[in-house]
Amino acid sequence: MGTFMMVVILAVFVNNFVVVQFLGICPFLGLSKSTSSAVGMGVAVTVVMTITCLITYPLYTYVLVPLGLQYMEIIVFIFVIAALVQMLEKFIKKFAPPLYRAMGIYLPLITTNCAVLGVAEMVIDQTSMVSMVGASGLGVSVLYGVFAGVGFTVAIVILSGLRVKVDALSPGKSLKGYPVTMVTACFMAMAFYVFNLISL
Amino acid sequence: MMKPADIKKIGMDGLLRNNPTFRLVLGTCPTLALTTAAMNGIGMGLAVTFVLIFSNVIISALRKVIPNEVRIPAFVLIIATFVTLLRMLLDKFIPSLYESMGVYLPLIVVNCIILGRAESFASKNPVLNSAFDGLFTGLGFTWALTFMGVIREVLGAGQIFGYTLWDFRIEFFSSSAGAFFVYGLCVALFNLIYTKVESHFHRVGFAKKYMTAPEAAQEEAK
Repeated sequence: MGTFMMVVILAVFVNNFVVVQFLGICPFLGLSKSTSSAVGMGVAVTVVMTITCLITYPLYTYVLVPLGLQYMEIIVFIFVIAALVQMLEKFIKKFAPPLYRAMGIYLPLITTNCAVLGVAEMVIDQTSMVSMVGASGLGVSVLYGVFAGVGFTVAIVILSGLRVKVDALSPGKSLKGYPVTMVTACFMAMAFYVFNLISL
Repeated sequence: MMKPADIKKIGMDGLLRNNPTFRLVLGTCPTLALTTAAMNGIGMGLAVTFVLIFSNVIISALRKVIPNEVRIPAFVLIIATFVTLLRMLLDKFIPSLYESMGVYLPLIVVNCIILGRAESFASKNPVLNSAFDGLFTGLGFTWALTFMGVIREVLGAGQIFGYTLWDFRIEFFSSSAGAFFVYGLCVALFNLIYTKVESHFHRVGFAKKYMTAPEAAQEEAK
């Protein structure tokens, strides 16, 4: 239970993937115009992250390491993610058409989302996982994947809410668009900084 | 064959007109994460430049061989190969940079600048042009990261390229909030300067020569 809560708090708040670790910034800035697209992207990323961790962790620990092929990890991981996203797209299209209509357009974008490859790279580093949450292994890795995705969803949904107000302002021509969104994200990052003060 | 005017145009595009960081806002993750110090910015920029040049050359050389349907996986495989190579080289020769880049080094694979250049330039243009495009886009990324790195290092740590300037420091600029803040203001500043410069050049007729839209330039080439 202690480890569970630790992973949840660390992955969602203290080490939030987006505003603290700067992973997945492109969809964070690009797809936060409306709350519905933010939720769609968040859910899609969470699903892909979870399955990615479930596949890449055993693949790395039980296949690549015994064979001495650690240097292949980037190529293997990116192919796992690309294949997974393609399969998931086909699968959802066939078995859950309403779900496909809701999040189908976000799936192809996930292959090049650095948060997914980032979480796959992070959970295989056992020493840093142990120093962070005090345990490592398949269970912790998948849990970290799930809540890293939840953290991404939380951040993008908050930003989309803020942007509804901010985009209605007229801040001047050169500040419009990305600059004012980034300044908004700056205030979010300040808010998340408070979680650093939590002692676990 | 390449004309000097082509090189000039590709250079202008990569460094200023289509600057990947300030104009297109691509490759944002390493931009925000690795600009706490100017040296990290240069390191990341040059790492991306290395991958960009080689992946552009290979993709351009194979552009008639790779079938259209599987081009994205093929591009990603080529990029991943060079990132793996770069990772080995850095681990062996510059371990300090390897350490400071951490998880962002493997993440060069999913950097949208590289895939973007492969898709929009290298897969349509000859090898030499693509090599120059990779070089100048990479250098555009490098100077942007260095610029932001200098701002954040001077204000946040009172240092420049590791040398201490003074004891005065504003922690905010070293934090993650400061990264968003500096990036946002840099984009705004660059937009402001760019629109001013562009309207000036429009008046003196410079735009016609070097700032034509890509489609118009292609028409011209025909």
